[in-house]
Amino acid sequence: MTWDWSVAWDFLPQLLDGLLITLEATALGSVLSFTLGLVWAAALRSPTRLVRWPVAGVVEFVRNTPLLVQLFFFYYVLPDWGLQFSALATGVIALGLHYSTYTAEVYRAGIDAVPHGQWEAAVALSMSRPRTWFAVILPQAIRRVVPALGNYVIAMLKDSPLLALIGVVDMLQEARAEGASSFQYIEPYTMVGIAFIVIAYPASLLLRALERRLGH
Amino acid sequence: MDTDTANPRPRPEATKAGEGELIRFDRVTKSFGGTRVLDELCFSVAPGRKVTLIGPSGSGKTTILRLLMTLVRPDTGSITVDGDSLTHETRGGRLVPAGEKHVREVRKKIGMVFQQFNLFPNMRVLRNITEAPVHVLGLSPDEAEERARELLDLVGLGDKCDAYPSQLSGGQQQRVAIARALAMRPRVLLLDEVTSALDPELVAGVLDLLRDIAHGTDITMLCVTHEMGFARDISDEVMMFDSGRVIEAGPPDKIFTDPDHERTREFLSAVL
Repeated sequence: MTWDWSVAWDFLPQLLDGLLITLEATALGSVLSFTLGLVWAAALRSPTRLVRWPVAGVVEFVRNTPLLVQLFFFYYVLPDWGLQFSALATGVIALGLHYSTYTAEVYRAGIDAVPHGQWEAAVALSMSRPRTWFAVILPQAIRRVVPALGNYVIAMLKDSPLLALIGVVDMLQEARAEGASSFQYIEPYTMVGIAFIVIAYPASLLLRALERRLGH
Repeated sequence: MDTDTANPRPRPEATKAGEGELIRFDRVTKSFGGTRVLDELCFSVAPGRKVTLIGPSGSGKTTILRLLMTLVRPDTGSITVDGDSLTHETRGGRLVPAGEKHVREVRKKIGMVFQQFNLFPNMRVLRNITEAPVHVLGLSPDEAEERARELLDLVGLGDKCDAYPSQLSGGQQQRVAIARALAMRPRVLLLDEVTSALDPELVAGVLDLLRDIAHGTDITMLCVTHEMGFARDISDEVMMFDSGRVIEAGPPDKIFTDPDHERTREFLSAVL
């Protein structure tokens, strides 16, 4: 088995098409996981047990079941309930939901790390609870957790090929299709691997730099 | 800044029965864990008075400030500020424990400066001061900014509007925190060991500023401090605490030179 540059060259357009889908799934999944995670984190601090307990249950359940199972569940079961999404949308929902249970933990740690005196100063100024959250606590908490959230973006990027299993035409799916039609495997799969490194490694370097700049 | 106090505000006379009270503690008890920090505490403060609370650590001084700021709730008893109860409210003709909304209204009359400053590190100095006047008192941003700039001039930091708190020294941060509290135009200012976290060479500037405020305004001040010279200088009244009770209270000259209580004498000889 030898490397054939012409195969690699022919595969390049498909790789780029797949790359766009991979990035799209990662970006949308990140936005969803950041938003949902914040909702979970806030709900888990609710003074009401009726809010706290069900959310804690859901979060634990989602975090402790495999993403692939969730992906298949959403893809095959939700349509039976009348919820029909495209494969990509289903994948984004599964990725976002799964990772939101991790980002919720990250937010929790970030919120806990804001000194107690900040809450007290807000009380002393008679600030409302929502204003305290949005103007004082969250800006400080989120600043602290940006690097940790970034790590989950990279993790999501690396989990995104699972979406190929429900038919999303990402990089992996493009490589499988190429292999199936041309019986050339080494070039497409190698290129997919390289594409992941080319994105993930600089991203992790960027995060490390960011971590240093935010000064911990 | 002018620290000359040649023309001090006339000091109000000592509280007489029936005279206006701004703050009233009525049989307030507070325990933490199994320890009773305040034990059926009763005292009142007349408007405009500057009162210093002294006593050994753990005697409940800071707890009094924190109760007034509603950072902690009393176990029993009632606290009244300017005629409004901090602990109870009337709802449907009945006296019930105060709800969050009621408490927030009453505590607008109270400002607090903390030992650790507690400035908001994510906001510039100017916004630290304008945030609450705009979003709590409903001032227009322009009005709040004008007020903030005046206060920053007062505390000698007019050139630091755009700095972040982390770019300031401890003494400067504490002066911003004082300006932030004053921007709410409180009737009561609580000072909780405001120089304890400062490097020694920065203490004097903050104390001079507070001395100016004490002598130049009719704001009621409650102050917990270990700076006895400062306490003597600004106070109309000094209250000596021990084991959750006021064991002695009186004008500073009396307390610092000729206290009635043996416990006060011991405490003062240990700290002076």
